[in-house]
Amino acid sequence: MPSNSTGLADRSLAVLRKDVLCEFRTRYAINAILLFGITTLTVVSFSVGQKNLPPEVYAALYWVIIFFSAMSGLAHVFVREEESKTSTILKLTADATPVYLGKLGYNLLLLILLQIAIAPLFLTLTDAVLTDPALFIILLILGTVGLAGATTIIAAIISKASVKGALFAVLSFPILLPLLIGLISATTKAFSESGGGLGGASSELQLLVSYGVVMITASIMLFEYVWEG
Amino acid sequence: MKHSLTVDHLFMFFGRRKALEDVSFSLSTGDSLAILGPNGSGKTTLLRILAGLIEPSRGTITFLSGDKPLDRADVRRRLSYIGPELALYDALTAAENLRFFATMRGIAIDDGLIGRILEMVGIGGRGNDYYSAYSSGMKQRLKYAVALLNDPVFLLLDEPSTNLDKDGKMVVSGIVARQKENGILIIATNEKEEYGFAEQQYRIGG
Repeated sequence: MPSNSTGLADRSLAVLRKDVLCEFRTRYAINAILLFGITTLTVVSFSVGQKNLPPEVYAALYWVIIFFSAMSGLAHVFVREEESKTSTILKLTADATPVYLGKLGYNLLLLILLQIAIAPLFLTLTDAVLTDPALFIILLILGTVGLAGATTIIAAIISKASVKGALFAVLSFPILLPLLIGLISATTKAFSESGGGLGGASSELQLLVSYGVVMITASIMLFEYVWEG
Repeated sequence: MKHSLTVDHLFMFFGRRKALEDVSFSLSTGDSLAILGPNGSGKTTLLRILAGLIEPSRGTITFLSGDKPLDRADVRRRLSYIGPELALYDALTAAENLRFFATMRGIAIDDGLIGRILEMVGIGGRGNDYYSAYSSGMKQRLKYAVALLNDPVFLLLDEPSTNLDKDGKMVVSGIVARQKENGILIIATNEKEEYGFAEQQYRIGG
């Protein structure tokens, strides 16, 4: 039997590389996510773009756009394996952890692209005033990590169900609610003159860091049961 | 190292329907077994259980390396399964598919080895073609190439000649002969011409 010559990092990267290559050649998820995000943003900008709304409304609108865009595409990472019947051979050949880490990396990449596309457009097309860019960038990073961590394991859970799309949103909503509340509260401070900077949002930042760490750690521990169960 | 596989009083139920009833057998290195039975008799279910894809309702399966029991990860490293329901990645080429599964198996692979494996299954020179562009017979051959990557101790074949032409069937005959020398082979089939692939037979489902 050939000896093991590739480690966890190599195998996780192989899953990520494979998914990126498949996505690059099929544009299965990225089109759905970006189209949904830009369409929603356009509708939002037409309806509230010229109005001077409170910062909490802009913060909520931003994360609503990101949440629903994520819902439209992040489940594909596992659903595609089931629909193309490749999940069986992946289960036969791969340990659970590199599969999870590779898929998490892929969803992180999709969300980073979404944030890069949506954040500047949102700030341009609405009257939201970014008073604390550093805090906003930190929130984008923590939001991306939290969203990817939660949605990747949920995508694995729902991938075998018959009504995947609806189930993904229904399961994701309660799990993502603490994350969204923290993000909206802290983003309000990044859009507000009296936000208080990083210190003013410290409790939210603690919540968001904890959420990301707990979600990814729990997912790594539970994924084997979800994947092989 | 001598390996063995023991299936002991295996039952499988899907709801109230009994898919497998009291299946028992034991095999060791050099043994080959053909599982025979009509459509719906549970042949594929049995192979999927042996491959670790589904859990049996009752009964035990023990994989041994010498006297040492193998855990799930050990079995996965030593086992390959080919069945009609398996698919590789349409958006990847044959070589990319092989490279990906070799990495997941923990096997270092280079272009030379990929070329040799593809030659072995009769699709040499087609490594840069997308899997989606392959005919069903070529897809089946590429599945054999992936299955051979880990030089399996336990090789499970479900309807092994499906979609294969005469040359493809000869490739399978060669793989079967090699496996019977070095490992354990289990075939599920309805085809009389495949009965001869194995030295022992086990009939299920009437």
